[in-house]
Amino acid sequence: MDLLRFITCGSVDDGKSTLIGRLLYDSDSVSLDVLATLEKRRHASGEVDLALLTDGLKAEREQGITIDVAHKYFTTPRRKFIITDAPGHVQYTRNMVTGASNADLAIVLVDARQGVIEQTRRHTLIASLLGIQHFVLAVNKMDLVGHDEAVFNEIVANYQAVTEQLKLASVVAIPMSALNGDNVVRPSRQLFWYEGSSLLEHLESVPVPADANPNEPRFQVQYVIRPQTEELPDYRGYAGRIQSGTYRPGDQVRIWPSGLETTIEAIEVNQAEVAEATAPQAVVLRLRDDVDVSRGDTIVPVTAHPAVTREVEATLCWMHERPLKVGRKLLVQHHSAVVKASVTAIVHKTNVATFESVGTDTAQLNDIVRVQLKTAGPLVVDDYRQNRATGAFILVDDQTGETLAAGLVTETNPDLFATPVAAEPAFSI
Amino acid sequence: MATVELDYLDRLEAEAIHILREVAGQFERPALLFSGGKDSIALTRLAEKAFRPGKFPFPLVHIDTGHNFQEIIDFRDSLAASLGEKLIVRKVEDTIRERGLREPGGKYPSRNPLQTYTLLDVIEEFEFDACIGGARRDEEKARAKERIFSVRDEFGQWDPRRQRPELWNIYNGRIQKGENVRVFPISNWTELDVWNYIQRENIPLPDIYFSHERRCVVLPSGQLLGLSEHLRLDDTDEIVSRRVRFRTVGDSTCTAAVESDASSIDDIIADLLLAKVSERGATRLDDNLSETGMEDRKRNGYF
Repeated sequence: MDLLRFITCGSVDDGKSTLIGRLLYDSDSVSLDVLATLEKRRHASGEVDLALLTDGLKAEREQGITIDVAHKYFTTPRRKFIITDAPGHVQYTRNMVTGASNADLAIVLVDARQGVIEQTRRHTLIASLLGIQHFVLAVNKMDLVGHDEAVFNEIVANYQAVTEQLKLASVVAIPMSALNGDNVVRPSRQLFWYEGSSLLEHLESVPVPADANPNEPRFQVQYVIRPQTEELPDYRGYAGRIQSGTYRPGDQVRIWPSGLETTIEAIEVNQAEVAEATAPQAVVLRLRDDVDVSRGDTIVPVTAHPAVTREVEATLCWMHERPLKVGRKLLVQHHSAVVKASVTAIVHKTNVATFESVGTDTAQLNDIVRVQLKTAGPLVVDDYRQNRATGAFILVDDQTGETLAAGLVTETNPDLFATPVAAEPAFSI
Repeated sequence: MATVELDYLDRLEAEAIHILREVAGQFERPALLFSGGKDSIALTRLAEKAFRPGKFPFPLVHIDTGHNFQEIIDFRDSLAASLGEKLIVRKVEDTIRERGLREPGGKYPSRNPLQTYTLLDVIEEFEFDACIGGARRDEEKARAKERIFSVRDEFGQWDPRRQRPELWNIYNGRIQKGENVRVFPISNWTELDVWNYIQRENIPLPDIYFSHERRCVVLPSGQLLGLSEHLRLDDTDEIVSRRVRFRTVGDSTCTAAVESDASSIDDIIADLLLAKVSERGATRLDDNLSETGMEDRKRNGYF
């Protein structure tokens, strides 16, 4: 059985939490005691409030909104699902970014009475920026527009303008009522004119992007295993997770950033040697030569070409109340590698509603900006659009340790490339 | 192209091993909190996969409430011995004495809330900067909002509104003096995932997880509590003998047994697929105290 991670996003009151509640409820994933808790808080109208299944914090239930990312799990005979429920309020956009970073699919919810609004554009932009491949436009609350096909068609046409601008390939629109359960798990009598699949049917059949693994091999060392025991006095194993591609014993590899060359002697999974290992497996590599390798180093076949650079251009989603200023010293954490860095320039800011670029000299909380970074030591990275695993990093405050921003590598300095990466941005962000 | 096929358990396993290795790489003095329950037993198997043929880069730490089932204590000691890893045990009883805390009252006196004091003391004693635990997001709705790397202040407090955003699989464990991090490698696993993993990996468990005859007291809710010397029973209590097993393992005073004939892992998985009551709902007396029981306890430094 495979695994699909998806995020739900939309504006406040579009019914996100109700939709997730409905998915869990109608797929029999809610247990009796949890239902009993819901019963206690049944509405005067007699309806069970399905949103209570996801709103976990006191303040969320009190205010009737979602503040933080919540994770929910359910399984059907065909697939296991991990749902990330991201908040709809503008001030929680950073949580939307957090949720999108780990998702394969995004459900973008709109209220049928309102159609495509600024938040719809914002969330679609963020999800596409973070590399999500599959989109579902969930046109919710169809019961409140008389189940009118014309209303649905107009919203779909408006959304198409957004997806064309962002060059999104896989978009499916589904009319539904999460409150009544129409087209969420079961097809709807009221929406008879809709011939496509229900949301759950679609989620069960959409291809999981992780299964395609077309990228060049990348492996970063997390930890060096050295037992130094009598039986294993000289054992050195480089433990880490394959970030992309496939590795085999005998592969000629280079260690970056040192550039030293050696051969993979063996690949171990749970102490057994294997003939092949692939992303996202956690493995131990043993190397033929006694070369200097430490945590944060990247090991790739000699035929592969990551960018090895001290200068990158990147898109940042700024996540801290304290705004970004040029010259700010901070840390770049690129998975297991951490280097000091400084923002040398803010190129532009993206208007998340119009997708236009505008000049700026600062980034505020929830802003999306393009910046240039200089790092104290070399980073081994890829363009995020080519490799979601190795093109991602976070910025960290070196004093407080707080996470300041999500970073996506967009350009690397060609002078310092192992081999230049040709990348034409699909649109300007 | 790769010929290796990875299913969802392989992916969850890879994620957990990656997290454990990040702990080893980022922290100076980590610890693995071991309760003797199935989740922490599964964690030790994942740690073997992450670090063998080397030693674990952390000791196992058990907070012993003194109300544990004897089977669990015996299992804990034999597991630590067979792993050849260091085990640190600290007793809630000692904390109660040293700090002059009040023993919990009532008929079913639970030392569960007092564990937090012992936990914070042991963190201070060994200057642990990271504590790995087997909590899962599917257990409870406050847990559903927890990060995998969860930063706590020097009082161990969780502030859900000030959590660090956790992006991709990049884990930020930078902390200031006095702070520490709770790490949850199996956050994304469900109860069923853990059982499927235990089955696949053939992981030994304490006997009390399997069906056995036990003398129990019937609670007003209808739940069954195994008899132990820690309960303060009187003549009105109804004592019965039933075939039961435990779905979770905690304090004997607040962990109910469920009636079951499941005597193997296959049976338990079959049971679970039919089960309509959630794990904590079926077996935990402490979460039912209030709707925000878990959130309140987490804010105060509980796991």
